[in-house]
Amino acid sequence: MSLTATAKAGPRPSGTGPGPDDGRAAALRRTWRKASPYAYIAPFFTLFLAFGLFPLLYTAFVSLYRVELQTSGEMEWRGIANYTALFTDEYFWISLRNTFTIGVLSTVPQLAMALGLAHLLNYKLRGRTFIRTAILLPYATSVAAATLVFAQLFGRDFGLINYVIGLVGFDPVDWQTGTVASQIAVSTIVIWRWTGYNALIYLAGMQSIPHELYEAAEMDGASRWRQFIHVTLPGLRPTIVFTVIISTIGATQLFGEPLLFEGSISGGISHQYQTLGLYMYEQGWGFFHLGRAAAIAWVMFVLIVVLVGVNALIVRRRARKEAGR
Amino acid sequence: MTALAAPPTSPGKGRPPQDPPRKRIRKGGAGRTMKGGWLSYLILGVALLISAFPFYWTIVAASRSNADLAQVPPSLLPGPNLIKNFDAVLEEADIGKALLNSLIVSGSITIGTVLCCTLAGFAFAKLKFRGRGALLTLTIGTMMIPPQLGVIPLFMLIAELQWVNQLQAVILPGLVSAFGVFFMRQYLVQSLPDELIEAARVDGASTARIFWSIVIPIARPGMAVLGMLTFMTAWNDFFWPIIALSSQEPTVQVALRQLGGGYVNDQSVIMAGTLLGTLPVLLVFGLLGRQIVGGIMQGAVKG
Repeated sequence: MSLTATAKAGPRPSGTGPGPDDGRAAALRRTWRKASPYAYIAPFFTLFLAFGLFPLLYTAFVSLYRVELQTSGEMEWRGIANYTALFTDEYFWISLRNTFTIGVLSTVPQLAMALGLAHLLNYKLRGRTFIRTAILLPYATSVAAATLVFAQLFGRDFGLINYVIGLVGFDPVDWQTGTVASQIAVSTIVIWRWTGYNALIYLAGMQSIPHELYEAAEMDGASRWRQFIHVTLPGLRPTIVFTVIISTIGATQLFGEPLLFEGSISGGISHQYQTLGLYMYEQGWGFFHLGRAAAIAWVMFVLIVVLVGVNALIVRRRARKEAGR
Repeated sequence: MTALAAPPTSPGKGRPPQDPPRKRIRKGGAGRTMKGGWLSYLILGVALLISAFPFYWTIVAASRSNADLAQVPPSLLPGPNLIKNFDAVLEEADIGKALLNSLIVSGSITIGTVLCCTLAGFAFAKLKFRGRGALLTLTIGTMMIPPQLGVIPLFMLIAELQWVNQLQAVILPGLVSAFGVFFMRQYLVQSLPDELIEAARVDGASTARIFWSIVIPIARPGMAVLGMLTFMTAWNDFFWPIIALSSQEPTVQVALRQLGGGYVNDQSVIMAGTLLGTLPVLLVFGLLGRQIVGGIMQGAVKG
């Protein structure tokens, strides 16, 4: 390999030649060899501590203070007042509920369709690379771009979707003011952007299932459908858990879609599709209450931990049940 | 918004994330090899149409006038107004500056992240040092916590440094990628043999020399995949830029928000702006889509 050749051909480091300082130089080199790994992780960890870990931990601290956007240097102790204020705010509960319903509306169909698509992509197909690439295309767009396009497609009077609905013979839907309708519209954007991505993750998982399992199932006379249920799904369980957790985290912090769907910071006239992420932004950068926003962030964090924990528990219980059978 | 992680079933060990091994999987007998029938093609065809239609519609709407878009039935073919709408976008939101800013931000983040993560990934994969396990666990552990949750102290920090409205406010936090470190570590564990490093050490090469002459060339394909994914994520990032930047110094995504947020209410102009903001990343995707698909199938990314 040319790589090793260049390494060998290079000049020897100082210290290989004999000299009076040989012992000291060798000691120095040994010390450096012990210390140098830290030099390699230093750039990452310096940034990681300053911009990653510190803000994450400090959020809990900030949530106990009164901090206003314009004077973010001044902090006034409030104890749990930010939290009690939160729990008595009607809009907090609305946004919590919206986060949950939009989360379910977007995650469940998204993962179900991804599973189906992955199954099809796993067949021998002409142009499979092209299909895989094309199906990932929505993933390459930004939240902002996708939402603006969909907001137009979902327009009440001149939107293409209402036009098509009209052709089929139904009344136009007000995608912006209706609670269910607007949440479906917002979920559609999420589904559109992420289905292809999840399909590829599932496809990767499916390809690691040994072919012999299918052969054995076929010899037992299992139909394609039964093979899917009894071979593919169990083999895919770790992958499914992974996508469920990742989608749950994504859904909990949904922000760009509800903000740009109509351009309003409150998530619609009656907050009908305001999510927790948007509520946090409204409190912090709309009303300048950074302390209150930090409390919301902390609630989101607890929510994520609980949801991920519940998911893991369900999966483990199901696995144990199956092992017992 | 970069919660990034790898799925537990990321197939196979000891294979670098490259194209040829995937073929090996196919021949090696994993997965199914049944042929798809016409129904498979039909369903996939419909899925592709749904994937692609919003892009087509952006082009249609961006090349028409606002009056055209308010017509029933709507026109489904591109019109003649594309250039005119682009001009309107440039006038109303200074999208030229926004594109340049996005390029600077995404470019710096990509180069910086790939370098930082390759350095750290190499140390975690091949060097022995005290605290290695704990530090790696810490790094991977934070991958599950969305960075959004630390955004308030981060903003206070940026305000304290008086960086609000300056591009470094977006660039520096963007360089932190726990996923990147994890990804490069996995890549190097698999593709860099210990013997190669030992041989170089016997020859008297320093760790730095080993890094530049051996690790970097071997890591290059992994660095390329990480770079593409980082660029796409950085280009498309929305949440942090709209907090840290404003209309005076926007990235494309921030500028798009201005277009959608009421300064303009000309739908065809909004779509023209959307088209301009999406084109660069579509270009990257068009050129490197296969590698991106490969990268995602190897070690999942969520942005």
